[in-house]
Amino acid sequence: MNYGIVSQEQLEQIDTILSSKLIKLGVDCVIIIDMAGNIITAKDNGESKYDVYSFAALAAGNFATVDAMAKLVGEAEFSLLFHKGQDSNIHFSKIDDELLLISMFGKDISLGFLRLNVVEAIEQIRKVWEGTNG
Amino acid sequence: MSFINLKEKVVQVKIVYYGPGRCGKTTNLEYVNRKFRDQIQSEMVSLKTHGDRTLFFDFLPFDMGQIKGYDIKIQLYTVPGQVKYNATRKLVLKGVDGVVFVADAMEKQREKNIRSLNQLHENLQAYKESIFKLPLVIQYNKVDLKDHGVPILPTAVLRKDLNSRLKVPDFEASAITGYNVAATLKKIISSTVVSIQKKLL
Repeated sequence: MNYGIVSQEQLEQIDTILSSKLIKLGVDCVIIIDMAGNIITAKDNGESKYDVYSFAALAAGNFATVDAMAKLVGEAEFSLLFHKGQDSNIHFSKIDDELLLISMFGKDISLGFLRLNVVEAIEQIRKVWEGTNG
Repeated sequence: MSFINLKEKVVQVKIVYYGPGRCGKTTNLEYVNRKFRDQIQSEMVSLKTHGDRTLFFDFLPFDMGQIKGYDIKIQLYTVPGQVKYNATRKLVLKGVDGVVFVADAMEKQREKNIRSLNQLHENLQAYKESIFKLPLVIQYNKVDLKDHGVPILPTAVLRKDLNSRLKVPDFEASAITGYNVAATLKKIISSTVVSIQKKLL
């Protein structure tokens, strides 16, 4: 799959999905990155001030490490990761072998509700991806 | 592989500093971080051990301005140099666009440089990249040690050891004083950007 270049149209569709499924829900910031640590797109609620580039590099490293650990215990992958803090939380979910969706959210959203929406968003994003790259 | 965002007109380029342990990869990035502070919007990220050795990587995002209306964002990474961390070195190399191989000019490090370069070759093969095709610059670091009476290898020897087949641009440098750190960086950025342009055309 060529993920190196994403069309403007695809990006706009993906941004719309992220806004309607996650930002509207109250998620502070959503980033899609590739496993090399590049940012595909980032959306936020207009208030959060995260350094998304550093975040992407660390997240890709983090996910790659967990992936390697999965292989050590005989799992093909751990497809999602969740870090819980006092005020903010981070949820990582794999879109496909190359892409990762990261949501940063506060304590007002329940994890279950977020996960439901993440799953729906990912399904829609995959369709956008397959539409032109498949 | 670089990522190009057509909507926001941003190109992200990944450059990795590779080399044996204690050769000065992190020192290169620290110098760039100090020297080009106004082009760097965020803090340098370093994942290191308590003994100040790189554990996973250092990361420094760097704005290079625009080419043909596209913002070029250079992402500098280092790998951990210690032998035991090859699994993490491999992870950092994923999606790399250009490599700076930092060699340690100290005489006693001769063999380690060669081993590390060979391992870079193997690690790139795992991602179906070739050391002969990927933009690469070699830096012979620590040449300042000569003035302090530490035996260092003549550049001709280093060149024969490391660059006789690759024939890539190379520099004598001293990361601690900053000598040729910027020259190395400029060279790898220009080779990498040219190679990305070629791939796209």
